[in-house]
Amino acid sequence: MAATASSPRASRWTRLPVIAQLRQSVGLQRGMLVTGLVLTAIFVLTAILAPVLAPYGFSQLRGPDGAFGAQQPPSAEHWLGTTQGGYDVLSRLIWGSRTALLVIIVAVVASILVGVTLGLISGYFGGWLDRTLVVIADAIYAFPSLLLAIVLAIVISGGQSSMWGGILAAALSITVIFIPQYLRVTRAEVIRIKSEAFVESARVIGAGHARIMTRHVLRNSTRTLPLILTLNASEAILTLAGLGFLGFGIEPTAAAEWGYDLNKAVSDVTSGIWWTSVFPGTAIVLVVLGLTLVGESLNDLADPRLRKRAAGAEPVEDLGVDPAVPGAAATPETTKEAAR
Amino acid sequence: MTDLVEIRDLAVTFATDAGPVRAVDGVSLAVHPGEVLAIVGESGSGKTVTAKSILGLLPETATVRGAVVLRNKDGGEADVAQLSGARLRQVRGRDAAMVFQEPSTALNPVYTVGWQIAEGLRAHGRLSKKEARAQAIDILRRVGIPDPETRVDHYPHQFSGGQKQRIVIAQALALDPGIIVADEPTTALDVTVQAEILDLLRRCRDEFGAAVVLITHNMGVVADLADRVAVMYQGELVEQAPVRELFESPQEAYTQQLLAAVPRIGEGLARAEVRAARRPEDWDEQEPLVSATDLRIVYPGRFRQPDFVAVDGVSFAIKPGEVLGLVGESGSGKTTIGRAMAGLTRVSGGSLSVLGVEMNGARERRIRPIRSRVGFVFQDPATSFNPLLTIAQCVAEPLVVHGRAESSDDARARVDELLEAVQLPRSYGDRFPHELSGGQRQRASLARALALDPELLIADEPTSALDVSVQARVLDLFDELHRELGFAALFISHDLAVVDMLADRIAVLHRGKLVEEGTGEQVLGNPQDPYTRRLLASLPVPDPVEQAARRAQWQAEAS
Amino acid sequence: MTTTSEAPTTRAGAPRAWAKKPGGSLGRYIAVRALLIIPTVFILVTTVFVLMRATGDPITAAQGGRLPADQLAERIHEAGYDRPILVQYLDYLGGILTGDFGTTLSDRRPVTEVIVTFGAATLELAFYALIVAFLVGIPLGRLAAFHRDRWPDAVFRVGAILAYATPVFFAGLLLKLVFSVWLDVLPVAGRASTRTELTLSRQDGATGIYLIDALKTGDPAIIGDVLAHAVLPALALGMLTAGVFLRVVRTNVISTFGAGYVDAARSRGVPERRLLRKHAYRPALIPIVTVVGLQIALLLAGAVLTESTFEWKGLGFQLAQYLQARDFVAVQGIVAVLAVIVALTNFIVDIIAALIDPRVRY
Repeated sequence: MAATASSPRASRWTRLPVIAQLRQSVGLQRGMLVTGLVLTAIFVLTAILAPVLAPYGFSQLRGPDGAFGAQQPPSAEHWLGTTQGGYDVLSRLIWGSRTALLVIIVAVVASILVGVTLGLISGYFGGWLDRTLVVIADAIYAFPSLLLAIVLAIVISGGQSSMWGGILAAALSITVIFIPQYLRVTRAEVIRIKSEAFVESARVIGAGHARIMTRHVLRNSTRTLPLILTLNASEAILTLAGLGFLGFGIEPTAAAEWGYDLNKAVSDVTSGIWWTSVFPGTAIVLVVLGLTLVGESLNDLADPRLRKRAAGAEPVEDLGVDPAVPGAAATPETTKEAAR
Repeated sequence: MTDLVEIRDLAVTFATDAGPVRAVDGVSLAVHPGEVLAIVGESGSGKTVTAKSILGLLPETATVRGAVVLRNKDGGEADVAQLSGARLRQVRGRDAAMVFQEPSTALNPVYTVGWQIAEGLRAHGRLSKKEARAQAIDILRRVGIPDPETRVDHYPHQFSGGQKQRIVIAQALALDPGIIVADEPTTALDVTVQAEILDLLRRCRDEFGAAVVLITHNMGVVADLADRVAVMYQGELVEQAPVRELFESPQEAYTQQLLAAVPRIGEGLARAEVRAARRPEDWDEQEPLVSATDLRIVYPGRFRQPDFVAVDGVSFAIKPGEVLGLVGESGSGKTTIGRAMAGLTRVSGGSLSVLGVEMNGARERRIRPIRSRVGFVFQDPATSFNPLLTIAQCVAEPLVVHGRAESSDDARARVDELLEAVQLPRSYGDRFPHELSGGQRQRASLARALALDPELLIADEPTSALDVSVQARVLDLFDELHRELGFAALFISHDLAVVDMLADRIAVLHRGKLVEEGTGEQVLGNPQDPYTRRLLASLPVPDPVEQAARRAQWQAEAS
Repeated sequence: MTTTSEAPTTRAGAPRAWAKKPGGSLGRYIAVRALLIIPTVFILVTTVFVLMRATGDPITAAQGGRLPADQLAERIHEAGYDRPILVQYLDYLGGILTGDFGTTLSDRRPVTEVIVTFGAATLELAFYALIVAFLVGIPLGRLAAFHRDRWPDAVFRVGAILAYATPVFFAGLLLKLVFSVWLDVLPVAGRASTRTELTLSRQDGATGIYLIDALKTGDPAIIGDVLAHAVLPALALGMLTAGVFLRVVRTNVISTFGAGYVDAARSRGVPERRLLRKHAYRPALIPIVTVVGLQIALLLAGAVLTESTFEWKGLGFQLAQYLQARDFVAVQGIVAVLAVIVALTNFIVDIIAALIDPRVRY
């Protein structure tokens, strides 16, 4: 406690999301958080280094020794075998991470921008605009996201597409589904923050709406965003894969996509060919697992009720008298409150 | 007779992220049969932890050393600190029971109160459902719930706060325990309800023969109910004495300071006279800064529910340099009036003129010019600062907004001046709000409110979240600043004694209506309205001798 | 004030905050909540229409490039897609009011007929999956909450996250691979073997729900056959939902387990297991029911994928077929109907949640 009190600036980097939580976590939570971060890091690195890591191109059908051949079991040339279409499974696995990452980035950035802005306006001003937005958001929120994504995929790309067409179709359809979530969460936070005394205090001081919204409300209401971000990122992958599985994915010549590969692997399974489905499927599971573990641990650490232990204690009043008690510098009453 | 509870050298440590925290250290205490032992202390004193250890109710993160010996009516005894599992459950409720601070959270909302009382009974004996229900009805009747045969099947939300606390006490009494531990049993309640609950707790001792361990920070409550007092400070037992002895001649410095800090009605009279004497001669003729005429504030009901009239036809005026104290219980509309004066709540009817601007129907644009002339201090020091800004940035905010400074760095010289004025070290400007204690934050809040040298200050329960000794220092500071700067103020509080210390005139609100207004001398010395009288009568005086006399008189009047 | 958890992982219902004001009677609550269905359905149906028609008409989308321009124009005119969009919209809304969701392009069937024919199979699958989800998710969620932060909690939680992280079609493929191909103990796909299907379809007054129809025949071989086909799809879809249930139950029970009244009951000597069973679980049930109700949406999306994986001939399977055939009128119709179903289910769930809560009931 003394350290934070004397040098608030020096400890600023530790207040960054994720790093702060990592320092705060203990035991099982730390294990979950670290596992999640490691899996996510592997995923991101694979996506970035795909051209270096992948033995072949994602749409490559033949090597120097001629065609790969379809449905070849794992071998020295093709570690994870080849698909029904004659592609190398490992290469498509690695290139697929790139598609997934791009979809996540586009979807999350677009939905955060729109959702947070709408949530801020909706929560701050209230009134009929707020009520309308909430009803619309609730309606879309309750709707099966995959169905909405299908409809949007049809609209955006007519159902089949190039790499960027496919990525944008998947990402934007996911965006539409996420906007209500960001809107709801931001709005709830804004409404909570708005009734806090420090925002009322800014109003009493005479600060304008723009100043209050940007300086006092916005930054304080982004607390839960890292958490939803991770959860939505994993939902983005699942939706992308679901679209691909239903045949709305990206053409194999345009980019590699795990859901498409799984779609093509359905008939393989019946004849006992396992490598075409197990590897892309496992890739999806691991990436979603990693992101969800990060999100869940952040959630646990953010919610004091789910938290294992209380954080640092409150500063103590300087009472001016010292009845021979050597500074027991914490208040158990408040510590206990926080532990509840 | 032997003691019911014997705490020997108790030490409790909590494991936290910041390392182990010693909450209670070397406390030895005994509770005699049929007595009310009050454990008094401010937040962080370890009083609640000590009390909870009697029932073994500490969380898993706590490590307990020492012994807590509990003796039951049959003569059996057990060291609660060593018990666990089924043995501990046997003791809980049967030998010792607990009454909680917040009656609304101590009752499960999805079960009837009868079910919840019966559950405790059936956890300890083989009773049929019918027998348990009959006992539940009986105990509800004995704690003064009218029509218990019907009420036994009602859910908690169908009772008022005071009734809920009666039910919680009934639950505690149900198994006829030798000892009842009451943790701040009246803190969440209004003064008039508090008096009734204190009466009921007294009956727990007199009629039910239970010893009561009363945890409280309120010296008035101690004076009213306790037989013996134990004072705790930062985990240690400071002093133990019979109640009259303690109040008459406290031995330890901390106890003396604590008692001196308790506000008493009548203390403000001298201060008010000094202030009145310093006013200019033509003061009586000066225009009031604030005047309300038939002020009405209504919160519209949603979905055809009836509107809630928070303020109903209130008229008052505040002249330059004058402090008006606004007193009332929860729901009286006192905070609403303060918020309306600051333009935070819309006025529905009548007139409210603040610094020459009519607030009824005024738009934000009309109100903004007077904002620099009005300061506001909020109730909860924990939330009144933006957690992401430093104290200096927060205090500079009004200066920046009103163009007196380019940026918060630019305003730093003035900020330092302000911090010094509220007796905070300059270096605290670089700290974040969570690094300050409640009292320090409330002082910084005063600094922010006074940054633009306002003519009017609105203080909404500025000390109700603070400990007594901290409250005393903040009130002194307020008085001092008022003397130097001469602002007019609306001081809102639920505590008559606090208002009395600072206010020139006192207005009493009851359910949105102004029932009485006058100088402190008039309102507190010779109240005319029956509600004001009841409010005064319910307020326990922090002096056991006087309080006993008052109670005798009160009971004589009632019978 | 509120004890319900608004954790963003869980989908808590917003309409609830609207109507659940103290003092509101149950009757008014139901009425207000029922009125709220209208805008919800309206918005969903409109969203689907606007999105589907934003880029053009369904016939161009389906046939564009394959038909000469004049034939295409003729077809469009026949179907009325050359009228002003507003007129088409009103026509569409009017149709929905009378229960007409349009006629499919590919096989010229009314969408309502498609729904009735294939809805039973989806209903059956959803029912099986819900049973799996309830049997697995709720007890394990309670156990995890009780053993919170100890090893059973860790195991259940990681299991729940894995269940969520596994796409339902991948889970389906794995189950097929293991149980149907390698172990060869369960059928690969379909709702029943061909002979059973024939028997059931010949039956008088067939409901289309195979389990009921099979029970009516009383033939153990047929019942066994139907059940054997249901195991893998029910597990695949059920485990996904069970994972969500487990997390919702765990979070909410933990938060009520820390409530003041649990401590109060503990101080009266109530045993720990009873504290969990009675005092923590029952109040937690209110948010749990609401959140679980919202999983109907998840379940429907999952059903589409599960049906495609197992060739389970229900609405989802049919939807995928129409998607392949680029029959967007059918897609629009089916999606609109599903939207109405979701809105109605959420309404029913909210009423159930209100019935559990005495604060609304009285």
